[in-house]
Amino acid sequence: MTTTVTSHRPQPPAQPVTLRAKRLPAYAAPAVAVVALLVAAGIVYGAGIGGPVLVVVLGALLYLAGLYAAANAVEGRRSARNRTWSALIHSAFVLAVLPLASVVWTLVSKGAERLDGNFFLTSMNNIGARDANGGAYHAIVGTLEQVGIAALITVPLGVLCAIYVVEYGRGRFAFTIRFFVDVMTGIPSIVTGLFVLAFWVLIVSPFFNDGRPGFSGFAAALALSVLMLPTVVRSSEEMLRLVPAPLREGAYALGVPKWKTVLRVVLPTALPGIVTGIMLAIARAAGETAPVLLVAGGGAAINFNPFENNQSSLALFVYQQAGEASKYSPARAWTAALTLVALVLILTVAAKLLARRNRLGR
Amino acid sequence: MGDTPQRSAHAGTGGTRVASSHEWPAGASARVAETSGNPGNREPGLGGGGALPRARAFGAERAFRGLTLAAGTAVLVVIAAIAVFLIAKAVPALRANTESFWTFEGWFPNENPPKFGIGALAFGTVLTALLALLMAVPVAMGIALYLSHYAPRRLGNGLGFLIDLLAAVPSVVFGLWGRDYFAQPIADLSTWLNRYFGWIPIFGEGPYGNSILLGSVVLAIMVLPIITSLSREVFRQTPTANEEAALALGATRWEMIRTAVLPYGRPGVIAAVMLGLGRALGETIALALTLGSTYAISFNILQSGGNSIAANIANRFAEANDTGRGALIASGLVLFAITLIVNITARAIIYRRREFTESAA
Repeated sequence: MTTTVTSHRPQPPAQPVTLRAKRLPAYAAPAVAVVALLVAAGIVYGAGIGGPVLVVVLGALLYLAGLYAAANAVEGRRSARNRTWSALIHSAFVLAVLPLASVVWTLVSKGAERLDGNFFLTSMNNIGARDANGGAYHAIVGTLEQVGIAALITVPLGVLCAIYVVEYGRGRFAFTIRFFVDVMTGIPSIVTGLFVLAFWVLIVSPFFNDGRPGFSGFAAALALSVLMLPTVVRSSEEMLRLVPAPLREGAYALGVPKWKTVLRVVLPTALPGIVTGIMLAIARAAGETAPVLLVAGGGAAINFNPFENNQSSLALFVYQQAGEASKYSPARAWTAALTLVALVLILTVAAKLLARRNRLGR
Repeated sequence: MGDTPQRSAHAGTGGTRVASSHEWPAGASARVAETSGNPGNREPGLGGGGALPRARAFGAERAFRGLTLAAGTAVLVVIAAIAVFLIAKAVPALRANTESFWTFEGWFPNENPPKFGIGALAFGTVLTALLALLMAVPVAMGIALYLSHYAPRRLGNGLGFLIDLLAAVPSVVFGLWGRDYFAQPIADLSTWLNRYFGWIPIFGEGPYGNSILLGSVVLAIMVLPIITSLSREVFRQTPTANEEAALALGATRWEMIRTAVLPYGRPGVIAAVMLGLGRALGETIALALTLGSTYAISFNILQSGGNSIAANIANRFAEANDTGRGALIASGLVLFAITLIVNITARAIIYRRREFTESAA
């Protein structure tokens, strides 16, 4: 990559032809960094316009400029660009890691405060603003029941829908379904909450509930299943498409009817991938607050019955505790958040590990 | 794949148990079929080499096909039902509204006469989402490229896994963190920005605190892992041949990325950004915790205030009466329409370019 060959500038005649391009010495980049930081510190403290954070930011900018100038002088423009972009990409990484690490650190350090047996074995029933204890038992029960029911609704529906799209669907109708599944992926969770509020809580459930709107865990499960459906369909669809055609053809050649081929040959082959998709969808649904907030009611007491009366969930519990004016509620909120994240991460990690064992591969 | 393998010249022989009847040794069924010699023989279990079950009007095949068709149709039904039920509940409230729904800046649907307007909320929704993307997308691209093309492979895979995990962290956690631990640094930053860049209208006077800036930065941090994780997937799928060809022509690493990786990944990246935009537009709890909940259209992103459709629904739902709920549902309908437009546009772009990168999107 000699600049003398590739650059469009006319070659100076006096310069000897070299096979190796000139390179900045290894110490150049750190040296530029140190100089940039010193200059930045001089400017910032000299003019009195900020603190150490500004020094680092200004130093980084000066470093980029200095690196570009130095590389441009020695190695040429293309290499200078390469170095600058490389530095930018690395700094983007550092820039993003800081807040994310802060979130994780806060979550773990604050969440450990109330991580005791009491938290997991009691509810918030009769816990006033001055009570230090109280826990999330009712919320954990709610989350598990709602997510479980949502999975029971979504999994058969989603997998069958994917089977239709991949195995049976033809032409415009199948395309429409695929298109709207994709579009449905982007529907905000609060809108699904409002939909279930309008459809189930305000219109359908009053028939079973003496005319009163029935906020319940089941309503939350309905909202979560609307949210999960497109994810399950998309991932199942992708996995079904990966099943090799010869497997199907082999089954047909043996005279197996199509439905049996799908159920006994195609589905088992794609199963690990489908399960991965389902688990990721469940993990996402478990962390949703908005729909549960609108339709589950969010009681403080333990309620095992998802079909009647208010129910809470972990995410909703975090939100409610965050809004409460007790000096004990932040600790409860953070511990519940930690529990929720742990639940979600266990599901996600399990899904990813399962995906790694999937023989179909991407 | 062809259609169901049920049409055959000798349709009519054997039952549906052709392949599953293992009580006969291999070849036995064929012999039976030969000796029976009667094409009209419908006895179950006899099987028949060369003969396939005839299509039946109410067989398992039809039933299963109908079942999957019903499941497929359910998706369309759900989307249509969302629109229908939201409209059904929103219309009465909109009728009762005594101010202009589009321009009135305020939210008093529970009073008599009810007054509410979506203008400020829609403005806040779009503003926070766009600001968040403005901050998150360049950084996310940087991280994705770092993980896929700069970091050592082991490190890249490990960190990529961590980013995937962060993408799964519920938004309420980010909201709580933003409100309790990030508000102060942002307030300091706001003071600084106002002092030295106050001549730019968006960096106006305080009080500083739960501002649009805080909300959009938290939103940016939240969508960052999502966009990163999807873009990284896309960048990793760049054909090695393209990359090596660029390098073999003497391209530097950045030139290789610009000429081989970025063009290849563009549809996938657009999809990732649009998904991030969808998340940002619809994000409820993180914004409900970090925005100041006011109803004014203001470009001053530093001042306490700001609101979004979704955050407003979460904040005002508890106190809402019948009209109040209708009003919130009406605002949700607007949000639904916005996200639907964004999504359909994004999908149209991706579908048009799909032949280029089949799996990237």
